[in-house]
Amino acid sequence: MPLLEVRDLTVSFHTSDGLVQAVRGVSFDVEKGHTLGVVGESGSGKTVCTQTLLGLTPGADVSGQALFDGRDLLRMSPAELQRVRGARIAAIFQDPLSSLHPLYTVGWQIVEMIRAHRHIARSAARARAIELLDMVGIPQAASRVDDYPHQFSGGMRQRAMIAMALALDPDLIIADEPTTALDATVQAQVIELMTKLQTEFDTALIIITHDMGVIAETADEVMVMYAGKAVEKADRRTLFYFPHHPYTKGLLESIPGSTAAGERLRPIPGQPPSLISIPTGCAFHPRCQYVMDRCISEVPPLFDIAGGHTSACFLPTQILGLGEDVDRERASAAAAGRAENGAAARLAARATEEIETAGVHLPDAGVLAGAGMSDRSRGPRTSQNSPDDAGTQP
Amino acid sequence: MTALPHGTSPAAAAAAAAADEDDALLTLDDVVKHFPIRRGIVIKSEVGQVRAVDGVSLTVRRGETLGLVGETGCGKSTLARCMTRLYPLTSGRITFDGHDISRLSPRAMRPYRRQMQMIFQDPYGSLNPHRRIGSIIGDPFAIHGVADGPERKRKVQELMELVGLNPEHFNRFPSDFSGGQRQRIGVARALALRPKLIVCDEPVSALDVSIQAQIINLLQTLQSELGLTYVFIAHDLSVVEHVSDRVAVMYLGKVVEIAERAALYSTPRHPYTAALLSAASVADPDRAAVRQRIVLHGDVPSPIDPPSGCRFHPRCPKAQEICGRVQPDLVPVLADPPKHVTACHFPMADGEKLGPAPAEPADAHPPGIGMR
Amino acid sequence: MCGAFILFLVLVAVFADPLSHLIGWGPTQQDRATGTTADGLPVGPGRIHLLGADQLGRDVLVRLIYGARVSLVVGVSAAIAAVLIGVIIGLCAGFLGPAVDSVLARLMDVVLAFPFLLFAIALVTVVGPSELLEIAVIAFFSWAAVGRIVRGQTLAIREREYVEAARSLGAGNLRIMVVDVLPNLIAPVLVYVTLLIPISIVFEATLSFLGVGIIPPTPSWGNMLDDAQQGGLYQVAWWFLTFPAAALVLTTLAFNLLGDSVRDALDPRTERLFAK
Ligand SMILES: Nc1ncnc2c1ncn2[C@@H]1O[C@H](COP(=O)(O)OP(=O)(O)OP(=O)(O)O)[C@@H](O)[C@H]1O
Ligand SMILES: Nc1ncnc2c1ncn2[C@@H]1O[C@H](COP(=O)(O)OP(=O)(O)OP(=O)(O)O)[C@@H](O)[C@H]1O
Ligand code: SF4
Ligand code: SF4
Ligand SMILES: [Mg+2]
Ligand SMILES: [Mg+2]
Repeated sequence: MPLLEVRDLTVSFHTSDGLVQAVRGVSFDVEKGHTLGVVGESGSGKTVCTQTLLGLTPGADVSGQALFDGRDLLRMSPAELQRVRGARIAAIFQDPLSSLHPLYTVGWQIVEMIRAHRHIARSAARARAIELLDMVGIPQAASRVDDYPHQFSGGMRQRAMIAMALALDPDLIIADEPTTALDATVQAQVIELMTKLQTEFDTALIIITHDMGVIAETADEVMVMYAGKAVEKADRRTLFYFPHHPYTKGLLESIPGSTAAGERLRPIPGQPPSLISIPTGCAFHPRCQYVMDRCISEVPPLFDIAGGHTSACFLPTQILGLGEDVDRERASAAAAGRAENGAAARLAARATEEIETAGVHLPDAGVLAGAGMSDRSRGPRTSQNSPDDAGTQP
Repeated sequence: MTALPHGTSPAAAAAAAAADEDDALLTLDDVVKHFPIRRGIVIKSEVGQVRAVDGVSLTVRRGETLGLVGETGCGKSTLARCMTRLYPLTSGRITFDGHDISRLSPRAMRPYRRQMQMIFQDPYGSLNPHRRIGSIIGDPFAIHGVADGPERKRKVQELMELVGLNPEHFNRFPSDFSGGQRQRIGVARALALRPKLIVCDEPVSALDVSIQAQIINLLQTLQSELGLTYVFIAHDLSVVEHVSDRVAVMYLGKVVEIAERAALYSTPRHPYTAALLSAASVADPDRAAVRQRIVLHGDVPSPIDPPSGCRFHPRCPKAQEICGRVQPDLVPVLADPPKHVTACHFPMADGEKLGPAPAEPADAHPPGIGMR
Repeated sequence: MCGAFILFLVLVAVFADPLSHLIGWGPTQQDRATGTTADGLPVGPGRIHLLGADQLGRDVLVRLIYGARVSLVVGVSAAIAAVLIGVIIGLCAGFLGPAVDSVLARLMDVVLAFPFLLFAIALVTVVGPSELLEIAVIAFFSWAAVGRIVRGQTLAIREREYVEAARSLGAGNLRIMVVDVLPNLIAPVLVYVTLLIPISIVFEATLSFLGVGIIPPTPSWGNMLDDAQQGGLYQVAWWFLTFPAAALVLTTLAFNLLGDSVRDALDPRTERLFAK
């Protein structure tokens, strides 16, 4: 039985602007000792998804099921959840500056966190805090334990957060962008530290990150999220070498290094959609260069592609992978699903054009040059922000 | 630039000679920034110093992108804030566009602020959540009294358009924008007064790869259109490789190597550079599995009490006795061209493989994690 | 609900004159004929005096109405004055660096440690009571608490990246304090104002009760309570104590509830903005 079994998790927020559908039916499992990598666009609901498991999204409408060790996290009382949180499930949050209180020393915060769960003396907790800071590589931990967060560099703060998460030997660690603020060598150390922990204690790990390199090195399984849904799920190699969903493909192609240095990168055109007015059909359709007619009206279900590989896209399931040949196949399959000059055809043409011009146009040359600022004609606007951009703007 | 001032360190002389002198936009000469550490509740006494930046000399040329990488906490952000004179220097000299700005008061700095701007790492933290973005982007105009009323509004909207934001969103709050769009707002604000130099402190670290690619493309387009000069700090080595013309590597408050991008990535001379490059994560599971990573062991030394001699020596696989005594100068080594300088007594030869780190601190991270 | 009560209170205070005409008694008008019984005791609530009369035969309802005016004027002005001083000093303490901070923080400590009543009584004895002096005394003793809160917030905001961004653009201290820090303080300060008003109203009542606030015969809830307890009159004339006390309690409660709802209304938004 998996350690964590999430089924059809749905989270939405009522705001003054409308209902924000942050997570729209996500299911996944995490086995003991395994690592699930979660990637996806900013605002696709990765953080909300995992924070809901910890009961940290007050005011949200939550439905679904999240069995942790057989018990449903979503139905626990706050007191029970409080006991699970920190002690059995630890979280490393995305923003180390906001997660650490600016007016208390780092050491104080770790000590308080330990003492909230374990009845040990303050001095013992403090010794433990120093040991932990040392373990995550804070130099001279014994003296820097009394520093305030702003006296730490970004990476040191993140390591302090990791130290806090490790303090109570949890069964599951949820790490939200744990290495974003770290340099390559420290990142390697932290990854090593986390994987070592994992093999030693059979800890399960959920890593949310933008860094595909971290995913490539740590994840057993990868889940790609877009607009509150898991659009593709596969084991690591399959996801990197045989992606099916056009969003996953776009993500992989945006990585610097997939293009030669100095060349332009190839971002996915457009901006992430507003979760208040999610595009109809496939939420990715306004930005997809393979959009077909049915994508605009029908929501693609999760198709099974091969053992454990699922993808929510109408393109034929046998078209997998990256590269020009596969792209051509995708393009011709997509063309077959489009009426001439229909809405889908127009969207596809625009996305394709933007990818070719690599996502950025300048409105006009020399805009800022002195007088040029006042009386120039309006150039072509970057279309990712034009108001008619099919639902990308609230 | 005029002749080098007297009292210039040899390292700086070499660095300056390496750069084409007429081309220098910003020259740092032995810049030092120490933060005092104070303890005590009633009477605060100074018990030591964090030597965040400890003698950095480098030159930024007009129109180039200088990448700046290095260990977490090695002083990159501090150096960036020294360059833009957000921090007063402890000592050293900064020359911007031929003017010595190292001792200018905040008031005297103001005219230069128009010419050097920063883009910050955190697209959430660097925009005041309680202000409308039109007013945020208009800040530079307001502060420098450049444009008022409708004219300011028009300029702001032009900037928004320039960075790919919808100018009609003038009146929205930062919370209404996604991370990538907020970073565009930060870029727009930095561009407002048409600066010569933009110091980017991890401008894309918080963004997902696809939006990151959009911003990098935007920065590059703006650079070629407007002739901007960038100092680009990042942890992601592939991003730095992508954007930089030259790359400087820092370790514990010092620059240990500067070279053109291709030279640095293909023939790193400093053992730390080699270790750093080898540790870079590879977004490719198969290559990641086979590549050889030099994991540095040993404690990250403290900037409060840095090691003597070469600061890398306690962790360096190649360290010898002299390394602990004599601090190496930043000079061309092993027949490198003058523009590739390294601070190491025993630089890496072409194609040399760095051995494992010194055997001693294998237990540097003791497995004593358990508390069960 | 509480908003409605406060609105009602404000309207009553504003229209005190026409209201008293309507009721037919002036605030200091003594009704010897029907206001007191033959043996000099005040009459209870009834047709002539709706809420009864006091020992001098003055109408309790009318005096309550005028008392609301005093309470609101003193309470609101003192709260606003306190907040103004507190914000300015707290902002300077938090923003202008350790030297300024240590002086101002010490000052706040001293003010907070001051024996309020003793000082007030001494001052009034020397200078003589007046409404203005009362406002000044209350404001003087309340600003330090605001100052502390503002200082704490400012210290945290000071470290935020957008403040640094403003500096890098060349903004001076004053501009950053006004443009970047102040807007972040609006929410907590607004909450604090609504909480400070009832505190000031109670302060005012206390001072008047002790006879160092509003000079009789001008009515205020405090000196009405004082009248009631003098000579143990409240034992025979409950209305005389109950109505001013109830007015005080209800007003305090209403402002506190208002403060809570202001906080609830502002907080989620601030929370979310900060959390992001
Ligand atoms: N408390 C809240 N009230 C309203 N909306 C919210 C709340 N918390 C999150 N959201 C919205 O939910 C969406 C998902 O946010 P989430 O933080 O999960 O994104 P993410 O995938 O973690 O992005 P990133 O990669 O930038 O961290 C966003 O649009 C966000 O604005
Ligand atoms: N205001 C300060 N007071 C005391 N020490 C400081 C201060 N700011 C930075 N430091 C210290 O100076 C050193 C360098 O910090 P800095 O933020 O420049 O590192 P960095 O290279 O930018 O790291 P990162 O990559 O993690 O952002 C660190 O040891 C840090 O703790
Ligand atoms: S092809 Fe259709 S279903 Fe597939 S990602 Fe594109 S728009 Fe969505
Ligand atoms: S000088 Fe010595 S210790 Fe320093 S990097 Fe070179 S070989 Fe290593
Ligand atoms: Mg997130
Ligand atoms: Mg930094």
